[in-house]
Amino acid sequence: MPIRRRRRSGIALLSIVAVSSLAAAACSSSGGSSGTSASGVTTITVAVTANPLMTTIEQLTPKGFEASHPKIKVKFVTYDENTERADVEKDVAAGGGQYDVVMLGPNDIASWAKNGWISDLSSYANSDPSYDVSDILPPIRTALSSNGKLYAVPFYAESSFMMYNKAMFAAAHVTMPANPTWAQIAALAGKLNNPSQGVAGICLRGLTGWGDNLASLDTVINTMGGSWFNSKWDAQLTSPATEKAVSFYVNLVKKDGEKGAGSDSFNQCLQIMEQKKAAMWYDATVAASTLDASPSPVAGNLGFAPAPVDKTKSSGWLWSWALALEGASKNKSAAWQFMSWATSKEYIAYDAAKNGWAAVPPGTRTSTYQNPAYQAAAKDFAALTLQEIDSVNVAQPGLAPQPVPGIQYVGIPQFEEFGQQVSAEITAAIDGQESVATALSKSQAIAQQAVIQAGLKK
Amino acid sequence: MANVIESAPAVRRGRARTRRAGAPGAGSWIRRVPLVPALVFMFLVTQIPFILTLYYSFQRYNLNFPTAPRDFPTAWNYEQIFGDHIFRTAVLNTVLLTVVPVVASIVLGVGIALLLNRYVFGRGFLRTLIISPFLVMPTAAALVWKFTILDTTFGILNWFLRPFGLGSENWIGQHSQITIMTFLTWQWTPFMVLLALAGLQSQGEDLLEAARVDGASTFSIFRRITLPQLRPYIELGVLLGSIYIVQAFDSIYIITQGGPSTDTTNLPYYIYQTAFQAYDIGRASAMAVIVVIATILIATLALRAVSSLFSSEGMAGR
Repeated sequence: MPIRRRRRSGIALLSIVAVSSLAAAACSSSGGSSGTSASGVTTITVAVTANPLMTTIEQLTPKGFEASHPKIKVKFVTYDENTERADVEKDVAAGGGQYDVVMLGPNDIASWAKNGWISDLSSYANSDPSYDVSDILPPIRTALSSNGKLYAVPFYAESSFMMYNKAMFAAAHVTMPANPTWAQIAALAGKLNNPSQGVAGICLRGLTGWGDNLASLDTVINTMGGSWFNSKWDAQLTSPATEKAVSFYVNLVKKDGEKGAGSDSFNQCLQIMEQKKAAMWYDATVAASTLDASPSPVAGNLGFAPAPVDKTKSSGWLWSWALALEGASKNKSAAWQFMSWATSKEYIAYDAAKNGWAAVPPGTRTSTYQNPAYQAAAKDFAALTLQEIDSVNVAQPGLAPQPVPGIQYVGIPQFEEFGQQVSAEITAAIDGQESVATALSKSQAIAQQAVIQAGLKK
Repeated sequence: MANVIESAPAVRRGRARTRRAGAPGAGSWIRRVPLVPALVFMFLVTQIPFILTLYYSFQRYNLNFPTAPRDFPTAWNYEQIFGDHIFRTAVLNTVLLTVVPVVASIVLGVGIALLLNRYVFGRGFLRTLIISPFLVMPTAAALVWKFTILDTTFGILNWFLRPFGLGSENWIGQHSQITIMTFLTWQWTPFMVLLALAGLQSQGEDLLEAARVDGASTFSIFRRITLPQLRPYIELGVLLGSIYIVQAFDSIYIITQGGPSTDTTNLPYYIYQTAFQAYDIGRASAMAVIVVIATILIATLALRAVSSLFSSEGMAGR
């Protein structure tokens, strides 16, 4: 009897295996559909990344845009950053036309434009005087252009700067220089680091990801005279200047940075600063609108300084979440009407009327920074944000010319993979799993191999 | 990755069927007609993608470069993979990150099941509690482990350890493989408990009583009676545990992102990186093909060597 029972259970178990593997195979994919319906209403599909400012526009679109454009209906598809990029890339590469408007960053502009995946917006933007394309901050406009043609319009944009807790500075009897150098920051971090109280001197990104730890680190490499590649695509990650910069960053975070930095990026440092567990934080300018705003326990108690420098005059990064028009879209005119509204002065004023001036998308238009209401609402960081964005040089952020533009990234499609692999090595160095020299010699091999495979380095 | 998993059971199923085919007689096929839709569905969702994967694996196909020649057929992808040290690391990591959690969760699972099989106060409540890790969404559980438990600054583990002077340990960064193994063991132990409990409860009380009357010690009852009876359940645990844990992705993606360096990069994560960070469809397909072939080989050999699960003769013989 027991034997019989077991045999039957064996068969039943087989079916469990079969059923569960079926479940594993089942996958769903959803996406948008676009087109013009019989009633003459055009539906456009917009892919955006999950981010508070994007949530705002999704909420404001029905009354702010659709009400005045009855023939256009906007459908948002929201993903986290990595998923959005993968899904959009699948669609544009196959010419699927699933999306009309896609959100992307400056690093994709050149290659996507070359592949014809996104459309030239120059004629749309120039033919509409009320859009006032020259009001868009010039560095942002340049970053979103390729060969002099505008391929995307900025929804919001950011640079990087230093934020610090004024109370902790006062308690330690130190002051932040008006234009700090990294050496000064390291000295300050040493004085402010207080492990017995659980307070770190500085919070820096250590999390693996080319948009995570490499974003901060690359600006340090640039200002210390290092680089990823020279103009002939020879990898420079083991050059003395790059090695010095990486050692500096890794040693700073290991000695006076937050503990467990290898798991920290923007969100974790934001939390650490809010909990008063760090005295300084070097990160995106957009952080100020959360950290220095009302629910934050440290709001009103923060100081701001430009991105620390070493051998260059400025060292902030440049990033923008921008809207581009997919080449395969069948509703280009309707799509442009939405894109131009979403990135217009009109939208910024509309958002301000609904949510207050401090919450409007920053870093895109000169007129925002000239507006007295915005200057008052964001008085601590508005001017500095503008100064940081204005001072970047995307074509050559470091001391030496580089083969492609880009500050905190290498502007080629392969960077997403090899940048990820290099950032994992940097995390290993920050976590003390390998030496900086080992991490960099592995990274050098990875980066060099990638550009050889890409056919850039002969 | 789904293909990898389907193929092995498919092979085994085929074998089980041929062995049994002679016995039941002509009526058997009619009884099996209701299976046909499922078989057709299986074929559509597993084998067609597999053939496409095979086709892509012989092309230089990268989504980033739509105009580049694809050179079909070419062995370029396979050459790249066999020279790729990250791929070799990923193979070793996959073995390590599968074997350790499977063994650990089975040992723990059988132990807990033995305890739960006794008459203790609040047994039903305890069982529900024990099962709960298995019911939590893996992604949510991974986030809780990463930020609530193991985080260096805010984690509860370091909070407990702080009075003992150990409160600044960077668990995820410096013990990444152990972190992932612990998470997977925590997640899969309840499943093993359930399997082992089912085995224990099918055990005849009369048999155990007879052994006790004959003067057998508790340990020898466990060793000579309980364990042999549990064997098919443990084998099933090994099989299902390996099938699921070998494709561990969510925990690695969320907790360590394959790092630091490549310490926790397993094959599913590396294939994901190749397909969705490098957009190299050709190379990712070639990796998947290699993994499928290796899985079928290993699964066939291993099951033939150790398992009695899929052969009714083996069971009847014991």
